Amino acid sequence: MSVYLARRFVSLTLSLIVASFVVFFLLEIVPGDPASFMLGLNATPEAAANLRQALGLEGPPIERYFVWVLGLLQGEFGISYAYKVPVADLVADRLWVSLPLAIYALTLSTLIAFPVGIIAAAKRNSPADLGIMGATQLGVAVPNFWFAMLLVLFFAVTLRWFSAGGFPGWDEGFWISMKALTLPAIALALPQASILARVMRSSLLDTLSEDYVRSARAKGLSRRQALWRHALRNALIPVLTIIGLQFSFLLAGAIIIENVFFLPGLGRLVFQAITSRDLIVVKSVVMILVFAVILVTFIVDITYAIADPRLRRAR
Amino acid sequence: MSLLAVKDLCLSISGTEILRDIDLAVDAGEILGVIGESGSGKSMTALSIMQLLPRGSETGGVIALDGDNILAHSEAEMCAIRGDDIGMIFQEPMTALNPVKTIGEQVAETVMVHGKASKAEAMRIARETLDRVELPGDRFPLSRYPHELSGGQRQRVVIAMAIALRPRLLIADEPTTALDVTTQAQILTLLKRLVDEDGMGLMLITHDLAVVADIADKIVIMKDGEVVEAGETVALFRAMKHPYTRALFEASSHQPARVPPTGGAGAVPVLEVKDVIRDYKLPRTSFFRPAGHFRAVNSVSLTIRKGENVGLVGESGCGKSTLSRAIMALEATQGGVIRIEGEPVTTDKGASLAARRKMQVVFQDPYGSFNPRHRVDRLVAEPFHLLGSEAPKGAARRKAVEEALVNVGLSAADADKYVHEFSGGQRQRIAIARALIIHPSLIVLDEAVSALDVSVRAQILDLLADLSDRLQLSYLFISHDLTVVRAITDRVLVMKSGEIVEAGDTLEVFTNPQHPYTRTLIEAAPNLEQALAAREAAAAAPAE
Repeated sequence: MSVYLARRFVSLTLSLIVASFVVFFLLEIVPGDPASFMLGLNATPEAAANLRQALGLEGPPIERYFVWVLGLLQGEFGISYAYKVPVADLVADRLWVSLPLAIYALTLSTLIAFPVGIIAAAKRNSPADLGIMGATQLGVAVPNFWFAMLLVLFFAVTLRWFSAGGFPGWDEGFWISMKALTLPAIALALPQASILARVMRSSLLDTLSEDYVRSARAKGLSRRQALWRHALRNALIPVLTIIGLQFSFLLAGAIIIENVFFLPGLGRLVFQAITSRDLIVVKSVVMILVFAVILVTFIVDITYAIADPRLRRAR
Repeated sequence: MSLLAVKDLCLSISGTEILRDIDLAVDAGEILGVIGESGSGKSMTALSIMQLLPRGSETGGVIALDGDNILAHSEAEMCAIRGDDIGMIFQEPMTALNPVKTIGEQVAETVMVHGKASKAEAMRIARETLDRVELPGDRFPLSRYPHELSGGQRQRVVIAMAIALRPRLLIADEPTTALDVTTQAQILTLLKRLVDEDGMGLMLITHDLAVVADIADKIVIMKDGEVVEAGETVALFRAMKHPYTRALFEASSHQPARVPPTGGAGAVPVLEVKDVIRDYKLPRTSFFRPAGHFRAVNSVSLTIRKGENVGLVGESGCGKSTLSRAIMALEATQGGVIRIEGEPVTTDKGASLAARRKMQVVFQDPYGSFNPRHRVDRLVAEPFHLLGSEAPKGAARRKAVEEALVNVGLSAADADKYVHEFSGGQRQRIAIARALIIHPSLIVLDEAVSALDVSVRAQILDLLADLSDRLQLSYLFISHDLTVVRAITDRVLVMKSGEIVEAGDTLEVFTNPQHPYTRTLIEAAPNLEQALAAREAAAAAPAE
């Protein structure tokens, strides 16, 4: 087990190093100079060069790469060109919206998908299964921002239960903030839940037809007991994989939903930073997202090993 | 009254008739052998008794367990009967156990699901049962997972699950088919001992006459969903009233007529393997030690001459498949030389086309070895890519395909069909046609007849013998089935733990084995005639 985890850890650290390289040098070759952007159209080349110097944009790229990475390791992300505030503070504020939103949406999606997927698999080809498959098909097909607009129209405009957007901030109280995140979380969760439920169903159907489920039935277990005690845990590996991918997606990919609901999240921050050539923010946020994805992958790897004893041996 | 009495059992699945008027009976302490080829309905009979049939099944007739018609029971009542009164074990031990639960949990579950004992008590019973199936606690603690056990050990765990509550009836569906001969012999002995100890009735389903001849008291022979013959074992085999029984009997010991290979003593051998070594890297157990090696093939040498059929036997894991893969240049080797008609296979860049086109292979599974979306003509013509620009095109190509199909006893028109339109035996013929089409010198037959029913197997063996004689083909015939190897090969090599421990003329090796391992193998292999003779002798001897 420890060898397995150590191996995973080494491979994930390597991914992180490679990712930092790719992120840094990709942004090096992106067209557009932050200094000339900040100074506007009438700036003299000398002024731009001075600003570049001040921003730390001069010098060999490899040197600046190491300065940047060393900064990251110490929690020094640099100063945003556009906002003139430390990137760390900027990101921290936004993360406090994006992270709870992602966790909220993922929890909802899992809570919906598990029972729905299990019912569909247990009652295969029944009206319940067909209904679930139809609904999840729709859930996969419909884009989440459209869901979001429907939710706003119904719950915010017609029923007036929720506000249509915005985020009051955690200082206003936990429940008020959670309430503001509810509609976005639902809009994010429904398509994810549809995918997850379908994966759960097909994975469970696979394991239900395994020989060991038949063995369990021969021991005297009922259909339901065989499903809960033998099929379900074996069906979890693909489901965990999808959950891991979904969390990464929810953290970074909520940009459209954040725009629909006027949420100050990471997605919007990156979007604004790109349009204003605030490359230092882009680099930092992307690295934080990469780190989050890698961390989630590591956690998923650990849960694999918990779910399946065969993986505990080093491979 | 019999323990199990099946009377007029009929079964149809979604309107298709599967079983018709099955009658059979098992007494307590008795072993009933149920024999039939695939599709004969023997497994469906077992699943009918367990009431674990697929959806859309309809049964008729009576299945009485101690006089109680279990066909009339509800699903909940059947759950109480399964595992408690009737235990069942299945063919494939590798997949019959839940990979994420320990063997202790899985055996104890049989006890707990029937509410017979507390968890601690169930674990105690599990320990006791695993001891009974000869998995002692010091080597096989309850906390073992299935993947830590071999196939034979897993089958013992499956048996333990089935007998934990000492059921009155045990149904074993091909319990040893997936196992090596020596393991098979051990499992059969174990089953026999459990029957004797518990006075349990055993219904032993198999396709292999020799397996049941030794231990079954009575035999039922099934064909196309019907019982064609039933009776006491020795009497049934001696009389063989039904023509199908006779056909099965003959097919199972079928010896194809062969012309011994004549030539080539001095010529370049078709295959020359010299001191070949194959090492596998083992997974690292620690960061600070280099990964270990597992030597799958340890300095093996062999030669096959033109027209010669050479058998390679050994248990699973002995390295015979690895060796054959090395010969076909599908595995890198770490030492030694392989030459095919003088052409080296073991080069740094892999085998040359010239070497590859001299050999072909036929694998075990006639269902898995074809792309289901290609037509037969395309499948059979596949090896032509080995000929490069010399490959025939257009009409010539088609003619070659048709010729190969006719050579293996199929018709030219079969070229336009898809593989799902063929039976297992026919598919194996297509696989042979695919191997023949570029006129190789050597065909590696890797368990090529192991998945086939005995009657089909006999036909394929005839075909192989005929092709070898007619086309002067050489075979490397890899099998765990000694009967088949004995029937078709001129020479045989016995492999154990990566080394060839005995080699010689087939007849010589079988009648006068030198190496103790060869002797063990031959003794463990079920032999119909010997088993019957031994039982007759036992019956004739005065009871003490």
